[in-house]
Amino acid sequence: MPQDFDSTRRAFLAMAAAGGALAALPSSDARAAVGGPSVQTNAKVVIIGAGAAGSALANRLRNRLEGAEITIVDPSVRHIYQPGMTLVAAGLKPADYVISQTTDWLPAAVRLLPERVAMVDGEAQTVATEEGTTLDYDFLVLSPGLVLDHDAIEGFSLDMVGQNGIGALYAGPEYAARTWEAASQFVENGGRGIFTRPATEMKCAGAPLKHTFLIDDLLRRANNRENAEIVYAAPQGGLFGVPIVAEKVRMLFDDRGVETQMQRTLTSIDASRKIATFETADGPVEEGYDYLHVIPPQRAPDFVVQSGLHWEDRWVGQGWAEVDPYTLRHRRYPNIFAAGDIAGVPKGKTAASVKWQVPVVEDHLVAATQGQEGTATYDGYTSCPMITRIGRAMLIEFDYNNDLVPSFPGVIAPLEELWISWLMKEVALKATYNAMLRGMA
Amino acid sequence: MEDLTPQTMIAVFEEMFGAVLFWAMVAAAVIITLAYIYVLIRDKRVGMRKFLIAQLFMPVGAVAAVWFVMVMTDSALRDIGGPVDVIVLLGIAALGAVGIAILVYTVEALAFGRTTEDQRDGAKSGNGLGQPAE
Repeated sequence: MPQDFDSTRRAFLAMAAAGGALAALPSSDARAAVGGPSVQTNAKVVIIGAGAAGSALANRLRNRLEGAEITIVDPSVRHIYQPGMTLVAAGLKPADYVISQTTDWLPAAVRLLPERVAMVDGEAQTVATEEGTTLDYDFLVLSPGLVLDHDAIEGFSLDMVGQNGIGALYAGPEYAARTWEAASQFVENGGRGIFTRPATEMKCAGAPLKHTFLIDDLLRRANNRENAEIVYAAPQGGLFGVPIVAEKVRMLFDDRGVETQMQRTLTSIDASRKIATFETADGPVEEGYDYLHVIPPQRAPDFVVQSGLHWEDRWVGQGWAEVDPYTLRHRRYPNIFAAGDIAGVPKGKTAASVKWQVPVVEDHLVAATQGQEGTATYDGYTSCPMITRIGRAMLIEFDYNNDLVPSFPGVIAPLEELWISWLMKEVALKATYNAMLRGMA
Repeated sequence: MEDLTPQTMIAVFEEMFGAVLFWAMVAAAVIITLAYIYVLIRDKRVGMRKFLIAQLFMPVGAVAAVWFVMVMTDSALRDIGGPVDVIVLLGIAALGAVGIAILVYTVEALAFGRTTEDQRDGAKSGNGLGQPAE
């Protein structure tokens, strides 16, 4: 037997053994590495809302607060993976892609109260539900999400979605699927499509743009783009809150032949005549449409305002929680925190923002149970995987300073339409979102 | 993306392919790898002819892997937009090429056993160190 093969075989087996040993090494225990050591406390923690932020915090706080009584309040049976709704509205995923059960994500050792909050009393430290339950709390996490104010648009009601060219992907999974029904008619038949966004703060300011890009791409794939006009109409002066991104979107819209009409707010719809009315600086303007995508104004749930937890002098009429932008702690009630869409902070109504807000709330809340101060800060991180066509996306990440803060600097360029960003959005994002819900990312 | 742990990667792949398909793919890969190791140890050498034929299949594997990923992710070659995309594409192609080479080699070795041609090739080439072949 040739000596070299013996040694080769030995070397091979040794490598295989080493490889096996490496694979068997415990991977960094994500749970312990994340957050910190557990503490002893008999604090009562109430979490309002079992969405992305609420579920993640339920898991993390359960992990870290030994002895604490944690209750999470949410009347919804379903948990919606909201980042997937843009895909449903473009016919790329079915409605059930975004639907799971609220209970799927909550640890058994946290009590779920399936009721709707009616009032929070910050002085008495109680939460009252519409069903009549009252909960005491030592610490409160506000994460109820936001409310879509469909009534604010005259002549619009949700049952119109999916017919006669009306789309509204934000309204829910079934509405996103119906939006695709209406949008696919537009893709097939062409005509004039108007894509809107509200004047208020909104969750994921990129989604109205993504919908526009996707429908444009679908028209091209159907060889029907010349038979369609695409108009993007928004109340703001710019296409995106971050100037460098706004410029890039402007360039892409130019490239795609999308007409932009800025400083236009959708105020009413005449569905039978297919006429949308916009408020402009020069008064109301009527626009005919064949497809109209509606995203209503957005605001805090009523109980936040009724409980006096909102900013009085900022975002007037929207009611976001009055919290410190860096610690997410309420500015008037130190034992109340906010996370997710409800937070009254200058940026960050996205799932990626929740991912970075959650550890900050956790740090400060856990420290507070021990009578200490937390150290973590939230820098406003927001991420928007901006789909620019099926198969490509721009991974846009920024902070309170409107600085681009890429997660993969030098590898994944922001402001570039890349395949890898599409892969991340279409296939990797839901898994990382789910890991976040479980408190593991 | 903060912690790119193996758990996260597994969760991602389960999401991409569906849990059943993903773990079936993992099982297939493990079985093929074990069979490959088995035939290497059984034959005490790498059969050069089998190896050559396995290599000829590499482009097939490369193309198949890329096609598979693109079908599963609603994308196409025209979506390659930058250098990192090219790297990912080549990585997938490489995985497909190596995977199919191992598969073909293993199938050959299991189907045809250690052939005289392999022995002859081994005798001709010796071990490259000037020492006589077996």
